[in-house]
Amino acid sequence: MNAEKRDRGLLRVDGNECKGCGLCVEACPPKVIAMSERLNHYGYRTATYVGAGCTGCGICFMVCPEPGAITVLRAMAQRSAAGSGVTMGTEGAMPCASN
Amino acid sequence: MRKQLMKGNEAIVRSAILAGCRAFYGYPITPASEITEAAAEFLPRVGGVFLQAESEVAAINMLYGASSAGVRAMTASSGPGISLMQEGISYMAGAELPCVIADITRGGPGLGNIAAEQSDYHQVVKGGGNGSYHTLVLAPSSAQEMADLTALAFELADRYRNPVVVLADGFVGQMMEPVEFPQRATAPQTPAWAVTGTAESRGNLITSLHMGSDELEAHIQHLESKYRRAEREEARAEDWRTGDAEIVLVGYGIVGRILKAVTAEARAEGIPVGLLRPITLYPFPTRNFQRLVPRARVFLVVEMSNGQLVEDVRLALNGARPVEFFGRMGGNVPSHGEVLALVRRLARQYGVVMEREEERMAHV
Amino acid sequence: MSSEFISEYEVIHAKPKAFYETYARKDELQHQTHYCPGCGHGTIHKMLAQAMDEFGIKDRTILISPVGCSVFAYYYFDVGNVQAAHGRASAVATAVKRSRPESIVISYQGDGDLAAIGSAEILHAANRGEPIAVIFVNNAIYSMTGGQFAPTTLIGQKSTTTPGGRSAIHEGYPLHVSELLATLEAPMYIERVGLGDNRQIAQASRAIRRAVENQVRGLGFSFIEVLSPCPTIWRLSPVESQRWVREVMEKTYPLAVFRDRTKDAQPRPMPQEPPALDTIPQIIGVANGDVPEDSAIRHEPVTDVDLHVRVAGFGGQGVLLLGEVLAEAGLDAGLEVSWLPSYGPEMRSGTSNCHVRLSREPIDSPLVTAPNVLVAMNEPSLKKFDKSVQARGWVIYNGDAFPPECVREDVHVLALPFTQIADALGDARAANMVMLGALLEIADALPQTSVDAALRRLVKNPRFFELDERALARGRELYRESVREVCHAG
Ligand code: SF4
Ligand code: SF4
Ligand code: SF4
Ligand SMILES: [Mg+2]
Repeated sequence: MNAEKRDRGLLRVDGNECKGCGLCVEACPPKVIAMSERLNHYGYRTATYVGAGCTGCGICFMVCPEPGAITVLRAMAQRSAAGSGVTMGTEGAMPCASN
Repeated sequence: MRKQLMKGNEAIVRSAILAGCRAFYGYPITPASEITEAAAEFLPRVGGVFLQAESEVAAINMLYGASSAGVRAMTASSGPGISLMQEGISYMAGAELPCVIADITRGGPGLGNIAAEQSDYHQVVKGGGNGSYHTLVLAPSSAQEMADLTALAFELADRYRNPVVVLADGFVGQMMEPVEFPQRATAPQTPAWAVTGTAESRGNLITSLHMGSDELEAHIQHLESKYRRAEREEARAEDWRTGDAEIVLVGYGIVGRILKAVTAEARAEGIPVGLLRPITLYPFPTRNFQRLVPRARVFLVVEMSNGQLVEDVRLALNGARPVEFFGRMGGNVPSHGEVLALVRRLARQYGVVMEREEERMAHV
Repeated sequence: MSSEFISEYEVIHAKPKAFYETYARKDELQHQTHYCPGCGHGTIHKMLAQAMDEFGIKDRTILISPVGCSVFAYYYFDVGNVQAAHGRASAVATAVKRSRPESIVISYQGDGDLAAIGSAEILHAANRGEPIAVIFVNNAIYSMTGGQFAPTTLIGQKSTTTPGGRSAIHEGYPLHVSELLATLEAPMYIERVGLGDNRQIAQASRAIRRAVENQVRGLGFSFIEVLSPCPTIWRLSPVESQRWVREVMEKTYPLAVFRDRTKDAQPRPMPQEPPALDTIPQIIGVANGDVPEDSAIRHEPVTDVDLHVRVAGFGGQGVLLLGEVLAEAGLDAGLEVSWLPSYGPEMRSGTSNCHVRLSREPIDSPLVTAPNVLVAMNEPSLKKFDKSVQARGWVIYNGDAFPPECVREDVHVLALPFTQIADALGDARAANMVMLGALLEIADALPQTSVDAALRRLVKNPRFFELDERALARGRELYRESVREVCHAG
């Protein structure tokens, strides 16, 4: 995968834990979360990542009321560039105040 | 060893500390305040916690916290304060938390007065809180028993994981008698179930909540099994000259002492009287009562209340013998004279066979 | 997902480790919470769990769960858990923290729990500055019980028990708990935050982290009020609920830091090491070494004795002390003793009396209803108890004119103006000891060494000790003189 095209962040939603409250959809600054068409096992529409554009800001994680529904990943720094496994900004446990 | 002249209320605190009590949360009330005051003086000196709470409600819930954290904890109060504590006592029984509560009973209902009564029997022995539970209840009748039964209370509280009440009246709390203490302080192990803020105790949970009906029923049955065990193993009473007694006097606490004097006086008159003094009010010493049925013609229960213990005596005898009652209230104390007159009347009424002179002399 | 994919991304936000992996205490749906979709509790839980992760305190943390929707907080947090009675979480937390000062104690409470039934407990925990963190979840309603009015319900807000909306006339105004607590001296940190939008949520997370950090630093009481959505009872969608927090609730409950004294605060001192176990009997004054040996062993055995003494007078006449010296002396002489102060109805109107028993045999009743010695320090006391004195008993009366109506053929009387006699000795207050001296001489039961020992124990001031010794001697002498007079007269 080409580093330039690669998204900075990545969202994973656990379809079994999501209760479909929609808060993450509302909160996501680049609006890359949508509610699924399909109902999950419990009859909820669940949040799903539209597939591209996640910045890894973590806001959706923080607003989500279900502890395990959302996982946010962030792209690792280029190994070739830094020559080490140092990652970008893992201290950012707080969502950036981007809205 | 030299005994010390000491108030029952002061003996409680010393004994509690020797038994490993390291937390006292209280709220002042006459006639139990000396306990709280002595706790304030001594607990900090032995590395314990003393705190005067904002109410009895807070105090008992602080006990809930201290006990959850695995510390031997106690409080002291009297009638109205005990009423307020019933919430926490029910929670502690439900959550299986040990603690010791001293109730130095005063007059009621309501504000009543500050004189000694025994009218907290129902609210303590029958449980004033909600739900299917019991507290274990010990009833001292001397300053020495205030000390000894407090130590026992801590032991029982831990053994049964249940609140234990030391139920005394204002007289037993206020009077001074020689008291002797063990010379060793105990350092109880932190119980494995406690929540102590450590990796080992992290998985522990203290709660009285059991959502499922089967789950709650199973929990209550578990509590019941503890109570059955206590009934088998812990019931205590003092029998005095009951062996050949045709009239059995029954009373606890200070009344037990008065009845002992009456017993001696009645015996001197040739009336075969004995004293049965319950020391545990729950579990009730039912067997001690039943043992006396073959010989006894009548039981006379004397209380400083409107007749509360007498109900348990009737249950214990289950109709096998008549049970008479004499009570004084409001801080009045049944006098030797009153009770002795009653004993004489009962002796006539129930055709009690008087001891012959030589039998009488044999006892002297 | 391919492994290649994973290797290029790393997890930065995932379920905190302070939560259980699966919620085994929950009987079904063990991978999700019991909270309604969009409920603020889950969000607040997550903030708290993150702070626990960050400070690495999972093992040290003790969470107090309240009564309310969050009663089951212990389903989720993999920490020590204690569930408290309704409103009492801060009292429980107080004692948990004081019992385990190294632990991190978090009291998690809703608005019905904390602001109504538990208002006394939170106020006093705050006022004592208990070094705990309190998370106060304010959703302006009783949620778990189905939407009844809370002290925090807004003016006009409908609830099942304010069907027409809260009116200030009838229910008063919304309770501003943070502002209220900020009037107290002790709290270290108080902040109100909301879950109304991303910015508020970010701030809420920082505030909760702060409260936890304060406790990790050993600072005092921290209180975070969180305006929290309850979509179910509010009958709003989760997104609308957020907006309601932001646009409606916040107007009544402004978001602010109300107290921050953390900057220069010093950690509270940790309790000192407890004393060694074997020193405890001594600390509480019951060690053998502290207790004087029976001086009785030095005396001839005392004669047979069975004293039933009633001492009566006004408060301040030394009634209780007289009795106590007698009981102490009896104990010192190796007798069985009891001392019982007047108590109850008798205590009215400033009168004071006590019951003292001394006997070779164990004391049956410590109540003396028929004394064989009555010490009456004034006329009302005499009149109250004179009839109760046993035949052949003694009345020691303070006053030279013995009231004629109290004269009985069958009792002995020693009536003297003891107060004046004591006054002549240097202090009228020593009348009690003069009377005790007479009593001791009459009873002839106790060696003077035992009386001395008792007095030394009870009267620490050397001047009074010396006075009391003289008073006792004078009392003995007075009785002996009276007997001589009687003999002369006889
Ligand atoms: S991490 Fe940020 S950008 Fe990515 S989905 Fe979540 S809120 Fe949207
Ligand atoms: S916020 Fe969480 S629970 Fe709500 S829709 Fe998004 S993922 Fe699902
Ligand atoms: S009723 Fe309200 S507070 Fe309770 S769980 Fe549901 S949304 Fe949350
Ligand atoms: Mg609420």
